[in-house]
Amino acid sequence: MSPELSPTVERNRRLLKARDEMDRLYREELDVKGLAALAEMSEAHFIRSFKEVFGETPHRYLQRRRVERAMYLLREQESSVTDVCFDVGFNSLGTFSRTFKEIVGVSPAAYRSGKRPAPVPSCFISSWTRPSSFGEAQRRDSPYSDPTAAGAESPEATEATR
Amino acid sequence: MIKGINISHVWVFDQEEALDFYVGKLGLEVSADVDFGPMRWLTVRPKGQPEREILLELVAPPSVDPDAAEKIRELVAKGASGFTVGFTTDDARGLCEELRAKGVTIREEPEERPYGIDFAIRDPFGNHIRVVEQKPFVMPDDWQGTVAG
Repeated sequence: MSPELSPTVERNRRLLKARDEMDRLYREELDVKGLAALAEMSEAHFIRSFKEVFGETPHRYLQRRRVERAMYLLREQESSVTDVCFDVGFNSLGTFSRTFKEIVGVSPAAYRSGKRPAPVPSCFISSWTRPSSFGEAQRRDSPYSDPTAAGAESPEATEATR
Repeated sequence: MIKGINISHVWVFDQEEALDFYVGKLGLEVSADVDFGPMRWLTVRPKGQPEREILLELVAPPSVDPDAAEKIRELVAKGASGFTVGFTTDDARGLCEELRAKGVTIREEPEERPYGIDFAIRDPFGNHIRVVEQKPFVMPDDWQGTVAG
């Protein structure tokens, strides 16, 4: 009754295992070797296949995962930018700040002073606010660009829709 | 007026494997298992909420054409089926350990959220499932929108 799974389906599933491991253990030092082993591939093949299937390298995916969590902590908690940096798995403040700005479009401190997202389940927030690898940070209308910039939605603007 | 939700579905690639996961590991029970010949109507439900069923729907012709079936499998397998099912529990951390011991893939460890403690798992096909131990949710003043209930 059940069809044999195609090599593409099998490969996608193995790659997802490695990606899930990054989601779960994003705070820790993760090496490509271990992730490639989970996907049952050589390192080079893993990186190439990951990029083909998910549109970005494993390294970039992990950075976005960490930055996404950092965004959450900056929004929801009082801890310092330095604490957030180490808490999400970066080991240098310089790298964290540069990566955050590159991906989100604003610095961690500027992001913190911006607005919060809506109270939908955090998992949903994490899927939908996870900074994209595909160019959003450069757009002026990105939800993560400077919140004071023209066009940014003010809390008052949506008050009426409550 | 719509009164409630009685059924929703999850794409699965193999219904036996699905049963092993949803019943054998997650602890749901079989609600209906009917062989119509060309297809098997197979639903499961949480023991504490028998009126809500999940159809373990096989990705296969003739309900979808062979080309679509392959594409759906490729997408589900890479985790692109979205947020599939959300379950509730009284003990998120305990259940997470129980599921881990049964070999279930934990995708996100239990974490405190504004609405409770939740964690994420994968089914054997790539579907994203979450389990939450809910707590009363208070909406902070500066959040926008509305939450019912």
